[in-house]
Amino acid sequence: MIEELSHKQILRYSRHLLMPEVGLQGQLKLKNSSVLVVGTGGLGSPVALYLAAAGIGRIGLVDYDIVDSSNLQRQVIHGTSTVGKLKVESARERLLDLNPDIQIDLFNEPYTSENALRIAKDYDVIIDGTDNFPTRYLTNDVSVFLGKPNIYGSIFRFDGQVSVFYAKEGPCYRCLFPEPPPPGLVPSCAEGGVLGVLPGTIGTLQATEAIKVLLGIGEPLIGKLLLYNALDMSFDFVKLKKNPNCRVCGPNADIKELIDYEEFCGVPGHHADDTSAGAGWDITAQDLQERLARTPNLFLLDVREPHELEIAAIKGAKNIPLGEVAQRMSELDSAEEMVVFCKRGSRSARAIEILASAGFKKMKNLKGGINAWAEEVDTSLPLY
Amino acid sequence: MTTLRIPTPLRVYTGGKSEVTVGGAKVSDALNDLTNQFPAIKPHLFNESGDLRPFVNLFIGENNIKDLQGVDTSIKDGDRIMLIPSIAGGTS
Repeated sequence: MIEELSHKQILRYSRHLLMPEVGLQGQLKLKNSSVLVVGTGGLGSPVALYLAAAGIGRIGLVDYDIVDSSNLQRQVIHGTSTVGKLKVESARERLLDLNPDIQIDLFNEPYTSENALRIAKDYDVIIDGTDNFPTRYLTNDVSVFLGKPNIYGSIFRFDGQVSVFYAKEGPCYRCLFPEPPPPGLVPSCAEGGVLGVLPGTIGTLQATEAIKVLLGIGEPLIGKLLLYNALDMSFDFVKLKKNPNCRVCGPNADIKELIDYEEFCGVPGHHADDTSAGAGWDITAQDLQERLARTPNLFLLDVREPHELEIAAIKGAKNIPLGEVAQRMSELDSAEEMVVFCKRGSRSARAIEILASAGFKKMKNLKGGINAWAEEVDTSLPLY
Repeated sequence: MTTLRIPTPLRVYTGGKSEVTVGGAKVSDALNDLTNQFPAIKPHLFNESGDLRPFVNLFIGENNIKDLQGVDTSIKDGDRIMLIPSIAGGTS
């Protein structure tokens, strides 16, 4: 327990100390606090930066990924000089430059049912900066079981959501979303895109809520969900109530320990972008190249959005965006063999599911999508 | 008439519209009107037996219809219904 601030620290935090809501006692509270940030990507970047700057004494970072140049459009904790480095190490470097006074704990591993309770138990607050449903449900359940506040933020394209799920005082994530949507219904940001500044907005709101909760000031978003839309510049608030039938925090909860979240959500929680339609449906970029050499007229179906064709395209492919496949399948011939592709393989896997349920059989899914094609076959195409 | 706000992930099924004007006395009427106007959205809101899917949340003003009378909740002219999606993005 640190009981006083040094002269250097007083100067560093003087703008906090000037406000009675924080003051010296509040700053000492922050100094003695700990926050676990799950994910050091779009949301985790601003969260960790502002918490470090605010003087949170100990920050834990969980991520197993490495910095890629496509991250830098929004993951501002990393930089061009740390491309190729472990995200947690890249983040630590930046955070300690911003504030050498704090402790950073690194967990260079996926957050799973096996390690999550061990990792999270020594922190006061947990920040959900994850990017997939299995890890979100895991983060929620861990917070409920450990009795800690879960500062939730989620983004998609121009939309963001923020709440504080704290089962001791209000609803949890599962009270609002008892089950995830079926796989493929909601595209990931890697497929659907995201406005780079959006996680900045949502992440700084999460950091704000974390600091309020730690200081015990203001009205945190417990029992409230903030819905933000960047295009409309709209902020809507809705009330959330505890769900009496909630399976983790309700009076008759039947989930008492962590479960298999990938099975629960029907999708992988890690490397969620490496999607495929299943072994039987997949064709690799190289195999497709060989097939095209033998059968130049092989029918190719591109299920990406029309604006993506301007970035990269495979000549001769027919474009029907995923959202229109169900209505436009009369344009396709089920007797003719076809290869379906998108950017990385997950939308095309969904298109294959839709077509298979309508009786189509002669289909293949280009594994890794047009990005794999650009990497392995036609290197004149850009990766995106 | 009531305004129904469509979240970004579902706008591909409403021709890109962010808001749809619907009629009816109850939430269920409004949803029927929506799915009549945009049939492609129906499987994303309802399961095979015609019930609202558990991850679909509808709010009238700031209240969840689950805390009111569900799809039987009455609506009046000028109400704004928000369809709140389950989104997972954050890192990648």
